[in-house]
Amino acid sequence: MSVNRRDFLKIVSMSTILSIGGVASVSSLKDQVEASQISKSPAALTAKRWAMVVDMSKFTSEADYQRCIDACHRAHNVPHITDNPKHEVKWMWTETYEHAFPGNEDAYRAEKFQHMPFLMLCNHCENPPCVRVCPTQATFKRKSDGIVMMDMHRCIGCRFCMAGCPYGARSFNFKNPRPFIDESKENPEFPTRMKGVVEKCTLCYERLAKGLQPACVEVSNGALIFGDIEDPNSAVRKVLSERFTIRRKPELGTGPSVYYII
Amino acid sequence: MYNGGKIIIGLIIFVGLVTFPFIFRGDKATAKPDPKVDTAEILKLPENERKCVESKEFMKREHMKLLNEWRDQVVRDGDTIYTNAEGKTFTMSLQKTCMKCHSNKSKFCDECHNYAAVKPYCWDCHIAPKEKQS
Repeated sequence: MSVNRRDFLKIVSMSTILSIGGVASVSSLKDQVEASQISKSPAALTAKRWAMVVDMSKFTSEADYQRCIDACHRAHNVPHITDNPKHEVKWMWTETYEHAFPGNEDAYRAEKFQHMPFLMLCNHCENPPCVRVCPTQATFKRKSDGIVMMDMHRCIGCRFCMAGCPYGARSFNFKNPRPFIDESKENPEFPTRMKGVVEKCTLCYERLAKGLQPACVEVSNGALIFGDIEDPNSAVRKVLSERFTIRRKPELGTGPSVYYII
Repeated sequence: MYNGGKIIIGLIIFVGLVTFPFIFRGDKATAKPDPKVDTAEILKLPENERKCVESKEFMKREHMKLLNEWRDQVVRDGDTIYTNAEGKTFTMSLQKTCMKCHSNKSKFCDECHNYAAVKPYCWDCHIAPKEKQS
C-alpha cells in the first residue's frame, strides 16, 4: 500500500489539529489554576534580616523567664518531656553564664552573674552551620528575611544539624511528642511534630506572616527587642547603638543574630 | 488426559477459592466512597458562597498537588496568600483554611483515602479538627 504525497499531508495536518484540540481540553483545568496567584500577605512583617536583643536587666524573677518560654512552647505545641533529660524538647530555655558564654569565665565576677539564668533561643545565624550540614535542605536560611527555618516535611532525622549547631538550639523527637502536649493548651492553628524529626525556634514565622511580633517578644514586657538589623531606624539597631551587647560564641564565625545586654 | 477427573476437580476447587471473596462479599467490599461536605461550617455559608478554593472537579483530581504547592510556598518562601481564578483570596493553611470548613476529617478525607488505600502523612503532625462522636 502506498500513500501519495497529497494524502500523507492531509493525514498529518488533520492529526496535528486533532491533537492540539485534545491537549487544550485536558489543560483547561490547568489554565484555570494558572490564573491563580500566590503572594505575600500584605499584613506580614518584613525585614532584610531579623534580630533580637535580650535585655537581661529586665529579667528579675523566675516568672519573667517562664512567661516567655511558656508563650513560645504553647504557641508551637512543644512537648513537655521531663522523664529523660536527653529527650527534652526546647525552643527556648535558660542557661548559666559559663555555658552560654564559654571562654569568658572569670573567677571574681559578681556572684549575681555567675548564677543568673540567661534566656536562650536559636541564634538565626548569618552563616548557619546547621544549614550547611543538612543533607536534604530541610533546614534552610530564608532568603527574604534571614530566618533559619525548618521544613518538617523534609527532615529525615539524621541529626547532623544538632551536631553542627554550636548553641544546642536543636532538639530531636526521640518519641512521639503528641502524648506530651496538654490537649487543653495546644494551639489548634499550629502543627505538632512527629517522632524522628529535629525542631527548633523558627522566630515565629507564622506570626510574622500575620503581622504579629514573635510570641516571646509579645509577653516579655520589653525585655526582648525584635527588629530588622539592617534597618538603621529599627528598634534593634537603636538599642545596639546605645548599649553594650555581647553575642554567644561570635568567634566561631556563625554571625548570631541574638544579642545580650548584661 | 491422565487423572483427568482429579485435575478438573482440583481446578474447580482452585477457581472456587480464588473467586470466593468476590462472590461472597459481592460489591459490599467495594462500596463507592461518599465524602460528605455537609459540615456545620459549610452549611452556615450562603448557598452561592459554598465553593472551595478551586472548582470541585479540580479539587477532586488535583487537591494533593495543590496542597503540596501550598506547603512549599508557605514553608520555603513564606508566601501565605492564595488568589484563585475568581480573584478570591485565601490563607494557604491546611489547619486554618481547609479544615475550618471540612471539619469532618473522617467523613471527608478518610472516606476516599481508605478506599484508595493511600496514607498521606498529613496528620502525623497537623492537628485534625476535633470531631464530635456521634
